[in-house]
Amino acid sequence: MIIKQLSIFVENTKGRLADIADILAKENIDIRALCVADTKDFGILRLIVNDPEKAAIILRENHCTVALTEVLTIKIEDKPGGLAKPIRILSDHGINVEYMYAFVSKEFDSAFVILRVENNEAAIKILLDAGVTLVSSKEIYDM
Amino acid sequence: MFFQKEIETMNRKDLEALQLERLKRIVQYCYDNVPFYHQRLTEAKVTADKIKTLSDLQYIPPTTKADIRDSYPFGLFARPMKEMVRIHASSGTTGKPTVVGYTRNDLNMWSDAVARLCVAAGATDEDIVQISFGYGLFTGALGLHYGLEKIGATVIPVSSGNTEKQVMLLNDFGVTALVSTPSYALYMSEVAREKGYDVDKFKLRLGLFGSEGCTPEMRTQVEKGFHLFATDNYGMSELIGPGVSGECEYRDGLHFAEDHFLPEIVDPNTLEHKQEGEIGELIVTTLTKEGIPLLRYRTKDLTRLNYSPCKCGRTHVRMDKVMGRSDDMLKIRGVNVFPSQIESVLVSIPQIGAHYQLIVRREGFSDTLEVKVELVDSSLLDKFEALENLQKTVAGNLRTVLGIQAKVTLCEPKSLERFQGKAQRIVDLRNAGK
Ligand SMILES: [Zn+2]
Repeated sequence: MIIKQLSIFVENTKGRLADIADILAKENIDIRALCVADTKDFGILRLIVNDPEKAAIILRENHCTVALTEVLTIKIEDKPGGLAKPIRILSDHGINVEYMYAFVSKEFDSAFVILRVENNEAAIKILLDAGVTLVSSKEIYDM
Repeated sequence: MFFQKEIETMNRKDLEALQLERLKRIVQYCYDNVPFYHQRLTEAKVTADKIKTLSDLQYIPPTTKADIRDSYPFGLFARPMKEMVRIHASSGTTGKPTVVGYTRNDLNMWSDAVARLCVAAGATDEDIVQISFGYGLFTGALGLHYGLEKIGATVIPVSSGNTEKQVMLLNDFGVTALVSTPSYALYMSEVAREKGYDVDKFKLRLGLFGSEGCTPEMRTQVEKGFHLFATDNYGMSELIGPGVSGECEYRDGLHFAEDHFLPEIVDPNTLEHKQEGEIGELIVTTLTKEGIPLLRYRTKDLTRLNYSPCKCGRTHVRMDKVMGRSDDMLKIRGVNVFPSQIESVLVSIPQIGAHYQLIVRREGFSDTLEVKVELVDSSLLDKFEALENLQKTVAGNLRTVLGIQAKVTLCEPKSLERFQGKAQRIVDLRNAGK
């Protein structure tokens, strides 16, 4: 249920994101989802890929500062309140969502949301009890 | 332990009287024996009998490395070659080397001065000392060599290079003290481990390091590498070689051999004297040297002096470890900033790398300082806040040390240029485009 996300430090210089995408593409790493959080000077690029361990090694070889962060992915039901419900359940149980971002898969014809929470184990239990669909790492990597 | 206790612990009043007497004598000696000084002193209207106090030094024009080089090779020698018994030279990074000559008395004074700092650091006649400085025109190896022989230590003149052999001898000969640069000592300890030596069984107990600066962080690393007590000594070939100053067992500054070398600290731009304890450029007058005496030699090294009594009993002034070169000093918003100060702040923050770049700009009527550092700690990447806090910590620590606000830019690892040898880490854009 736990998925490894790459967190990459990027300077806000032109073309840096493209460079990183190129480095990964050359090694046949597929990007499933991404999000950039940034200020004027620098940013953190967050990536979900098909092989995070290998990607981390490749990026470090290319002098990137990279961390692997454990996140959760939930499948969103295609109806109003589909996202609100799981978030509310977590917050009702005192679990804070530090950040989240979404992506869609044509193949599955549905939307997924990546969640970074403080306590993955507790969050998994709460979400499963509430009937939320969690996606396994294998499903994500093989997507 | 002392090598020349009477001199080393002389009360300051007597010491200053001795310095004044020697200063007058050396000014007269330079006037009489070196045409260059004859002209300089005449132009400045300074004569030996006009010198009444040590502070009258300020009327003597300083001597620079360029002055020595312009007199290449022997122009500043005060004695005929027949009386010279040794020549040394320092490699010039540009052009001709700086050449110095020693009379027999000079060699004797030199080995006394080195013997003093070796004993102050803790060396004795029981020590087996390996000298891993390169022998040759460079003063480091022979300077330490004769000083250590003088105290009766067993000297092994290995010279530089062939690290595996160096390590083998350290082990096989039961070497107790090492003379080298701190970085080479660190490298040797790494090689020793790689080659499978049990470094814990080495008899090494004392490091007499010099010829390059040694930060407290570096010292800790060297002491971990080999289990020894690392001491720092200072000198330069123009003045004599090693022997100008060295640390005692308390390692709270380097005691000057003040009866032979008279130090001053000045502002590198205005040449005005600094107050005691203020950082500035070190200027040294050789009080007893015969071969090539130098009046107010500008070392270009930045340090400060501490005249307070030392726990060891020595009365001779202590200089701080060299903080950098006056050529590298930056004046930002009227504040003197030394790259070494910035370096010491940066090395104390483990989340960032050792490399940095300083960029000074003029925006409107004010100077700005940007410090670029490399982020190496990936664990901070989880939270944006952590990176911003790191930026704030670096800027805050720099502010505490420098007294000015700097903009801190986090960069990717290995993105800052690596420089060979002398780091050119300063980009001053204030006069760009003018
Ligand atoms: Zn002392």
